[in-house]
Amino acid sequence: MKLDLRTAARMLQFDERADRVVPPTGFTARLTLFSAFAMAFLAVFALALSLAAGRVADRWGTELAQSSTLRISAPAGEVAAQTEAALRVLRTTPGIVDARALTLDEQRALLSPWFGTDLPIDDLPLPQLIDITETDEGYDAAGLRLRLAAEAPAAVLDDHARWRRPLIDAAARLRLLGWASILLIATATATMVTLAANAALAANAQVIAVLRLVGAKDTYIASAFVRRFALRALTGAAFGTLTGIIALMLVPSGSDTAGVLTDLSIQGIGWVWVLLIPPLSGLVAFVATRYAAARVLEDLA
Amino acid sequence: MIELENVAYSYGGGELLTDMTLKVAPGSFHFLTGPSGSGKTTFLKLCYGALQATAGHVRLFDRDVRGLSRDDVAVLRRKIGVVHQDCQFLDHLPVTENVALPLAVSGQDPDGAEANLKELLAWVGLTSRADALPPELSGGERQRAALARAVIMSPDVILADEPTGNIDWEMSQRLLTLLVELNRMGKTIMIATHDLGLIRAAKAQVQTRVLRISNRRLQMAGADL
Repeated sequence: MKLDLRTAARMLQFDERADRVVPPTGFTARLTLFSAFAMAFLAVFALALSLAAGRVADRWGTELAQSSTLRISAPAGEVAAQTEAALRVLRTTPGIVDARALTLDEQRALLSPWFGTDLPIDDLPLPQLIDITETDEGYDAAGLRLRLAAEAPAAVLDDHARWRRPLIDAAARLRLLGWASILLIATATATMVTLAANAALAANAQVIAVLRLVGAKDTYIASAFVRRFALRALTGAAFGTLTGIIALMLVPSGSDTAGVLTDLSIQGIGWVWVLLIPPLSGLVAFVATRYAAARVLEDLA
Repeated sequence: MIELENVAYSYGGGELLTDMTLKVAPGSFHFLTGPSGSGKTTFLKLCYGALQATAGHVRLFDRDVRGLSRDDVAVLRRKIGVVHQDCQFLDHLPVTENVALPLAVSGQDPDGAEANLKELLAWVGLTSRADALPPELSGGERQRAALARAVIMSPDVILADEPTGNIDWEMSQRLLTLLVELNRMGKTIMIATHDLGLIRAAKAQVQTRVLRISNRRLQMAGADL
């Protein structure tokens, strides 16, 4: 039984009379519908997780890639001089666009999530922070550290790379896991549909014998099963996807602290992927049933 | 039409049929006899391409079955109407749809052939049972419905495997009358049966040729028939 586009189109063409030749099978119908429903539901979550992880990785990458922080931890009398020296070094370092010492108010704002807004910051021996903005190409961190050691020994350079890299790696890995889950879900759907189709074909061996007796081609016989299973998978997946979307909407969001867990939603182009879940489920069922039908028809020949 | 040349068929290591040669002429009426298990059904299956000969050649309408795909054989089978002893229906569909099944599988619109379908059901005496499901039919009604299904595509050949095996004498005579009528219309008929009464009744109405399968071989039956 060959499969080209014309045969595939003929197999999917609605034909009420051809569909009636296979008796309704309650068990396999329910199994296929439920499997497609459950798998689509899980696929929505896997997709949301993958997309959220991708967004977080992109955001962290963009926000942190071109900025660094310099910390001046010196005795109170030397902070201003060392800050000035450090700023001079930074402004003459290739790859640095801007370097600016944070004001007391800005440093207070940074600490307020932990200590509140009334913190008497003037009385605390806080280090002076310098915010560095890099060019796209960045700067030579090792060279800068050497120069700072000579001219502002109290300065400690934090280029964010040390803790940024693992976070971005983790987010990227989470995104990959999401897609791998979707692939596994598709494989599991195909397996379950194949099992259900095999059961339906085996239960209808007598029907197949009658159809062959009256001159039915394999394509005609297979179509009756393929259409039925593809339609069931499409219906189940549509309901599963819809339920998944509703469930996602019920997950609390946290826009201020956007991370994977609080940003588990579908946005923008992600909707295209979500809307593709039902037709892709139908396609998986079509291929799986056609494969099962070809094998069973060969065995019964 | 149907031609067998030195055909043999083996299954499970044993040879069921051997060295069978036969040429079925258009418009002829054949009986195939032999004891139970002699291979009559297997022979008929070879004649409509449901089985592949393990040796020799089976030609259906001048085409060697061996070189054909399953789909090609399916198309050829539409020119051969088959009536089984157990009829083989789709039990969930009414008689009308079962009879029209060959039209549906060959891509013809059964609605367009509705008049023919009614005429055919009237011919086999099943007009009042058109909407019944196959399990609701009597043995004779099932055989007549199977005959109607076998002839709806107006095939050139009709093969019947023990068509009177499960029905009474009166009903088998009625079925024979229909088959004789088809033969007079020019159809080629081959009936596998061990019902000698049926063969004698047919010989009284049409010219028949009686074949016997004995010791795995095909022979012409003796004059006692």
